[in-house]
Amino acid sequence: MAMPEPIIARRRNEPMGSNTNRAIEIAPGVHWVGAFDPDLRSFDLILRTANGTSYNAYAVRGEQGVAVIDTVKENFAGDFFARLESVCDYAEITTVVVNHLEPDHSGALPELLRRAPQAQVCLSIRAPLMLKALLRAADTLPRGFKTVTTGDRVDLGGRTLGFLHTPYLHWPDTQCTYLGELGILFSGDVFGCHFCDTRLFNDKVGDFRFSFEYYYAHIMRPFRTHVARALDLIEPLDLSIVAPAHGPVLRHGPRDYIKRYRELATPRLTNEAGGEKTLLVFYLSAYGNTRRMAEAVRTGAETLTGVRVSLYDLEGVEPASFVDLIEEADGFALGSPTINGDGVKPVWDLLSSLTAIDIAGKLGAAFGSYGWSGEAVEMIEHRLRGLKFRVPIAGLKVKLTPTSSELKQCQVFGRQLADALITPASQRFNAD
Amino acid sequence: MPKAKVTFADVGVTLTVPAGTRLIEVSEKVGAGITYGCREGECGTCLTKVISGGENLAAPSVLEDQVLKDSFAPRGHRLACQAQVLGGDIVVKPV
Repeated sequence: MAMPEPIIARRRNEPMGSNTNRAIEIAPGVHWVGAFDPDLRSFDLILRTANGTSYNAYAVRGEQGVAVIDTVKENFAGDFFARLESVCDYAEITTVVVNHLEPDHSGALPELLRRAPQAQVCLSIRAPLMLKALLRAADTLPRGFKTVTTGDRVDLGGRTLGFLHTPYLHWPDTQCTYLGELGILFSGDVFGCHFCDTRLFNDKVGDFRFSFEYYYAHIMRPFRTHVARALDLIEPLDLSIVAPAHGPVLRHGPRDYIKRYRELATPRLTNEAGGEKTLLVFYLSAYGNTRRMAEAVRTGAETLTGVRVSLYDLEGVEPASFVDLIEEADGFALGSPTINGDGVKPVWDLLSSLTAIDIAGKLGAAFGSYGWSGEAVEMIEHRLRGLKFRVPIAGLKVKLTPTSSELKQCQVFGRQLADALITPASQRFNAD
Repeated sequence: MPKAKVTFADVGVTLTVPAGTRLIEVSEKVGAGITYGCREGECGTCLTKVISGGENLAAPSVLEDQVLKDSFAPRGHRLACQAQVLGGDIVVKPV
């Protein structure tokens, strides 16, 4: 399919990357009507961007009406409406698709619904609760909205929008919309990145590969399982363009980006454990007491077949390396002394890094030696539960130097952890 | 004590649990894909489709009912953190 050149002209004295308020045709009857935000350097408090971002919204024209897919951040609404007005009248808008309700995509939604009150809003079956919360301040709940899921369609007349239920990419409400006649996937945040370049198309813009990978690592990686499920829906589609909600429109080799997502969503480390369960034992130790406990935990865990145990001194490596390990492991035990009534900082650094990965359902445990009162173990357990680890075995703490009897308790603790790992899921309820 | 048989269709795991158990307590332990948040029936994150055996779950509380209504949840959907099993067979899957 021949792709049109981006129609975008800079005004005199207008800096590169600024907005021109003209829609850009990405396929016959399909226009980008989003906004460029070249000055953004921090997004959602968790990402940085060297190149700003774009808020991509699209208008799809059918014989019986126009669909608007997503909007933009509220303070860019002027650019969005100007571009939208360049390709349609508000009275022509029959459908507004909300692929994702986060404010950078729904910021102009209340005003759009005021201007096109006849439009039916189509959103994921997980979205209404969020829609209500987002729009209550604006007091503009849409007159008509319907929830859609995989297999549902909206006919615009010669153009049909189909929906894919792809939750948790990266909010519960996220979905993708597929324009089958033209092979265009409006993917929401999936396949997006924070990279602002007014040339818009991936075969025209600067090298954005770093941004693509960085975006996946920070936005999609915690939902790896959901990414894999979404790819199961996306991979069979005929695709000429992937049109994400941020960054370049992927018209050159769109399937390459889907393939890359599949690679990223597949376990990264070569798992030599094969069918064995993997248990990681981390420790920090000022005087060797927690270390001796950790070694005994490992010894105990290794007495059960079917469990591969690894032991690491948390002092030795930056947390990021261990995050990769934990992402692939079935469980981990964290040993920390108590210093001034708290676990020590590397423990919290590691635990605060784990929201970047999918940890739901993994096994977690805590242990440690202490001098005065030993608060660290309970504090770590509490945090592990907050992170949604399973914590089936109560933590173990020892006052100062572990005796031989206490080291045997550590071995029993390790064996219990291993046993909890190899217990089949169907037996866990009673076992835990 | 009465028991119920709960199946999590997404992971193909069936197990028997005591009556009164909330779905989330079980799904968390067997690694089913029901994502949850507050566990107190407010956030709606753990919205779950009841494929069969809905009559074997305790009726929704006023709070759960309100969240389901606000979510425009179709019939046969419950919050896993609130729905308690009564007995019989129940089959659920994430939404």
